[in-house]
Amino acid sequence: MNSTLKYLLDKIFSAFKDVLPIIIIIAFFQLFVIQKPFPDLPQTLFGVFLVVMGLFIFIMGLESALFPVGEQMALQFAKKGSAFWVIFFGFALGFSTTIAEPALTVIAGKAGQMASDSGVFEEDGIMTLDGYILGLRLTIALSVGLAIALGVLRILKGWPLPFFIISGYVLIILATVFAPPEIIGLAYDSGGITTSTITVPLVTALGLGLASSIRGRNPVLDGFGLIAFASLTPILFVMLFGIFVYGTGA
Amino acid sequence: MESTNFFQSLLNTISGTVIDILPIVITLVFFQAIAIRKQIPNVKKLLFGFLLVIIGLSLFILGLEQCVFPIGSEMATQLTNLNFITNGNALEIEEIKSSGIVAPGLYIWTYIFAFLIGFSTTLAEPALIAVAIKAREITTGAISEWGLRLSVALGVAIGVSLGSYRIVTGSPLYIYIISGYVFLLIQIRFAPKEIIPLAFDSGGVTTSTVTVPLLAALGIGLASNVPGRSPLLDGFGLIAFASLFPMITVNAYAMISQFRARRASK
Repeated sequence: MNSTLKYLLDKIFSAFKDVLPIIIIIAFFQLFVIQKPFPDLPQTLFGVFLVVMGLFIFIMGLESALFPVGEQMALQFAKKGSAFWVIFFGFALGFSTTIAEPALTVIAGKAGQMASDSGVFEEDGIMTLDGYILGLRLTIALSVGLAIALGVLRILKGWPLPFFIISGYVLIILATVFAPPEIIGLAYDSGGITTSTITVPLVTALGLGLASSIRGRNPVLDGFGLIAFASLTPILFVMLFGIFVYGTGA
Repeated sequence: MESTNFFQSLLNTISGTVIDILPIVITLVFFQAIAIRKQIPNVKKLLFGFLLVIIGLSLFILGLEQCVFPIGSEMATQLTNLNFITNGNALEIEEIKSSGIVAPGLYIWTYIFAFLIGFSTTLAEPALIAVAIKAREITTGAISEWGLRLSVALGVAIGVSLGSYRIVTGSPLYIYIISGYVFLLIQIRFAPKEIIPLAFDSGGVTTSTVTVPLLAALGIGLASNVPGRSPLLDGFGLIAFASLFPMITVNAYAMISQFRARRASK
């Protein structure tokens, strides 16, 4: 019982550690730079409590259920599965973990709100706020799914990584020329938003499993390749989504 | 926040979270049943874990929406307040109001705030500690754990700070990002081979789920408050900066360590 308690305290503390630097810096700024009390302090503290408790319960759930099962499946597929099944599994894993990423949920909602405030949905008439948010999240999830599928295929075939990375950047630069200015910032950000709490551990497990089951592969390089793909494709796909919503910028 | 209001939004978030988690559940069950053809071990433990994920994720998302986002915009509002940036100089305020232009240098505290938030949250990031240990093992100690962590944190700090400056000036994001990547490509030719994948890793994994929404809120808040900027056109981009610059600083750190090691061995 004592060890359970210690485990729980440990987890709460590590969730708290995520927000502690933010609290310290904001407190420092309020006290010494801005020299005013923080507005709505009680509600903000309640929010901090929600973030810490939510993160704590969420991570505990991930570690007790999702990660062990997901990692074991990723390893099993990498070792035994036929090429078709591994690629298909890679796609499903990338898609489903991205849909669940909390940072994406929150930022997609905010981006939709901003697009709605600009009045684009009224002009358009076809797109709605909910449609925009869902469309954005599905676009990003789809792009991560495709990235993992392609990344798995690359590991299986032994194709060189730099070729894909460089062509990815070339495509992104081309898309930037045609993309409307309203979407470019969000598109470049989406690469960093998607590779997060749920996606990274499971995708890394898949990469490590594949690299260690194929002779002559480097686990560090191959495991990394999947995440690198997953942070490139969303940029491209979100710009295409932007062209669909706003039309081309040029 | 009123309590009925709170429970209403909690219920809404929970029902949203259940739908968000569903694809993962379907993926795991489908592949376990169809492809691996085995019973899922420990069904009870798994179900309990999913229950925890749904509750935790709902509370967390609610906290992000009702606390982290407002904090980011509140800080942006306070730091860009005309009274604050001019030290209450009425003459200067009048001038800004009539011209609609603020010199980017007046927002110095915004850049410092962005720098400190980027630096401290990255240094505390657990995922980065794991990468740093891996880096030390791969380079057999040539890259120290603290060296890597500091260079990544410095990279994020510079990135977020420069990104805030970009929002204030309203210059196009792609110029910064594309020149950053061109610089990175040149750097890769000279950096030690074994560190390159880790350098890329440190760009992607080091911005945590709490930091990302905070940065997004800060950027949107800056773009809404700085005269002449639009949140839709200028608000995003801080996260892209925070992922790009650590790759550059980590490569630079690896190059410096290699250079020093060579000099020492001569």
